[in-house]
Amino acid sequence: MTIDMAQFHQVFFDESFEGLDVMESGLLNMDPGTADTEEINSIFRAAHSIKGGSGTFGFTEISNFTHVMETLLDEMRDGRREVTAVAVDALLRSVDVLREMLKAVSADDTIDMDDVQAQQSELEAILNNSESAAPAAGANSAQPAADGAEAITGWRVVFRPLPHMMRTGNDPLRIIQELTDLGDVKVEGDASLLPRLAELDPEECFLSWVITVNEALEKSQISEVFDWVEDDCELSIVPIVTEAVAEQVEAPEVESAVQASEPAQPERRQGERRAEDRRSPVDRRQNDRRSGGGASGSSSIRVDINKIDGLINMVGELVITQSMLSMLGEDFTIDRVERLQDGLAQLERHTRELQESVMQIRMLPISFTFSRFPRLVHDLSSKMGKKIELKMSGEQTEVDKTVIEKIGDPLVHLVRNSLDHGIEMPEVRKAAGKPETGTVHLSAAHRGGNIIIEIRDDGKGLDKHRIESKAIERGLITEEHNLTDQQIYELIFQAGFSTAEQISDVSGRGVGMDVVRKNINELGGSIEIESEMGKGSAIIIRLPLTLAILDGQTIAVGDEIYIVPLVSIIESIQLKPDMINLVAGRGETFKLRNDYLPIVRLHEVFGIESVKTTDLMSGLLVVVEGDGKRCGLFVDDLIGQQQVVIKSLEANYKRVDGLSGATILGDGSVALILDIPGIIRLSSQKYSVADLKQSA
Amino acid sequence: MASEAAVVESGQYLSFMLSGEDYGIDILKVQEIKGWEEVRPLPDTPEYVKGVLDFRGIIVPIIDLRSRFNLTSVEYTPTTVTIVVAIELNGQSHVMGIVVDGVSDVLDVSEGDIRNAPNLGSQINTRYIQGMVNFDERMVILLDLNKLLNPEELGVLDIVS
Repeated sequence: MTIDMAQFHQVFFDESFEGLDVMESGLLNMDPGTADTEEINSIFRAAHSIKGGSGTFGFTEISNFTHVMETLLDEMRDGRREVTAVAVDALLRSVDVLREMLKAVSADDTIDMDDVQAQQSELEAILNNSESAAPAAGANSAQPAADGAEAITGWRVVFRPLPHMMRTGNDPLRIIQELTDLGDVKVEGDASLLPRLAELDPEECFLSWVITVNEALEKSQISEVFDWVEDDCELSIVPIVTEAVAEQVEAPEVESAVQASEPAQPERRQGERRAEDRRSPVDRRQNDRRSGGGASGSSSIRVDINKIDGLINMVGELVITQSMLSMLGEDFTIDRVERLQDGLAQLERHTRELQESVMQIRMLPISFTFSRFPRLVHDLSSKMGKKIELKMSGEQTEVDKTVIEKIGDPLVHLVRNSLDHGIEMPEVRKAAGKPETGTVHLSAAHRGGNIIIEIRDDGKGLDKHRIESKAIERGLITEEHNLTDQQIYELIFQAGFSTAEQISDVSGRGVGMDVVRKNINELGGSIEIESEMGKGSAIIIRLPLTLAILDGQTIAVGDEIYIVPLVSIIESIQLKPDMINLVAGRGETFKLRNDYLPIVRLHEVFGIESVKTTDLMSGLLVVVEGDGKRCGLFVDDLIGQQQVVIKSLEANYKRVDGLSGATILGDGSVALILDIPGIIRLSSQKYSVADLKQSA
Repeated sequence: MASEAAVVESGQYLSFMLSGEDYGIDILKVQEIKGWEEVRPLPDTPEYVKGVLDFRGIIVPIIDLRSRFNLTSVEYTPTTVTIVVAIELNGQSHVMGIVVDGVSDVLDVSEGDIRNAPNLGSQINTRYIQGMVNFDERMVILLDLNKLLNPEELGVLDIVS
């Protein structure tokens, strides 16, 4: 009997990615010099199980690579090796490489062995480095003696890639750079085969190089660099002996003169590719995720065992209630109606609890999303030469799994923006009288029925005038616009809008803010910007708590029944004449304790004719809050509270202002769910009520 | 019939009455025919959007075809029916209901029977008329639902970009 190992692959990948996260956060916590054994142990364990797993499943590339990492970690764990910043960095990069490998394997792609090889040799270099310098030197000195009588002072490498080499994923530039790591290297390019621009296929390589390595190395050290391209190029590695040096230098002089002044097309392209490669790994990962998003297909979820136990208990209770009810139903007489009612009440309670537990399963702490940011900030800040501290709070806030999946990319984008455009260089900060280290604060919290995610930095803030002039230049607004500051900030969500003077590979291409907003709107959320020049800015994202069910208060206005989300209701009151004020003769407000709040007549907003009463005294006022604003909704009656399943109006119709969806009531009729912030906006448009109270 | 399956226009059509006229729609688009029942009106919508209804757990908008065609509106009677149809827009399926005076028949229509809609001048819009067919001395107007319930025509659906 053979077992189909593929069925376990998904579990292996899930576990491995989790392991990588553990390794990454462990490495980020590690301070060079001080080895926290516990930390190293947990990193080691993670690496070990990835190695074991990949070995079992036959992913030998992964297990070989992990083995090298493991060796390094093992030495650190035993205290045989010091934990240096270099080693930690190398390990961090190895984690990235490993992640790429796993991702490639899980997507049935081929692994980019170039990256892997480069990283592996880096690790090996660290391993060999301090183990002892002596053996390496010994091998070096032994080699020339064996090779011949003359002292070899260097190597002359003629490297002529075949046109298709770059298609195999090999980059000549990287190979040359790897050579330069070996010591003093002189590179001369030959562009004589370069066709005219019109005939040039940018995917082919027309250049060749003569590389002089002025270092007494072993031949194998050089040929190793070319290991991956051996079959895709013409290669000759010739030793340079002492007396030969003079003539070797002479020969390629002529070509190189031409070459130097005229960087060839493919090379420039490679340069770009390098820049691309140099983008932080997190960056690349994000791209991968975006492109691979649709293909990921089946996904699994890890659930706390307590949640499952709770669920099983609940189902047990439900079964008991059900059997009780069916016994009751077998010989039912009218005098037992009370027991039936009891039973039904119990059934309702259990169903509700069951529903809640099932919803709980989809809820995950937002730390799943936040956990990638320490790494991102670590990488980007060192790359940009900025000092940035990342603070996080509310990581345990639970949100729906869909939100976790969709909010990641927008957040990465926003944090990167904060790092790149928000936080200034240390000198600038110092000159502005701010601490050199900038702070980016990432927080999540439940507030009302929403989850609020905030990215707050103490950088330079948005430059209102720059955005303004840029928008005018692009024709988005005219010179004499009447936009508020808030509306000006919102312009940055326009597609293609960027005020960055210099486009960096981190951000500034003007792609993204529109996508960010789109993603967040898709989740039913909203995004807001607060900013103060010189002080910093904050991006505030509001998302609905769950996407499927809400606790609602059913209200009646005329013949219509609406659902008000319970979380937006502060209280319901009956108005007395002395509470009502008219502002400027028409804006109705009422006094609630010490606040004056506007009255919104729902029947006017929605144009309902069948309304029972227009007399404020005889109806009820539901005091609601949305987007920080409060108002009183004037309704005919309160009917009751119930949980409702949110159904989309947009699926078959369109978004309607003031409504967030619809639901189906017990009698099969449809009730509309009110979107409180939307209604407040609608009514303020209608009456232009300017004095909506801003709550703290 | 089967041999002509490739021809889009031939096939079975559901015919219904509207203000004394016969209309037909592609039967494959019909999901259900149900008696008129009260709908939940939506605020801020065109006159012909009567409201929304629960149809097998989803919320569907209901469009009054009389009002859509600017015909005089009448009291809904026991024969007034809602035809629930599914149309395909931008690769997405949208379910909607249309209110008509009554359904009458299922018609087998072959391609040869279908005549193009006459040009009625600029007064009358024939865009969403697929064709006309004579059936038992009755003239049946075949409607193109995708065009009739198209977002731009109807102005109700946000175009998904």
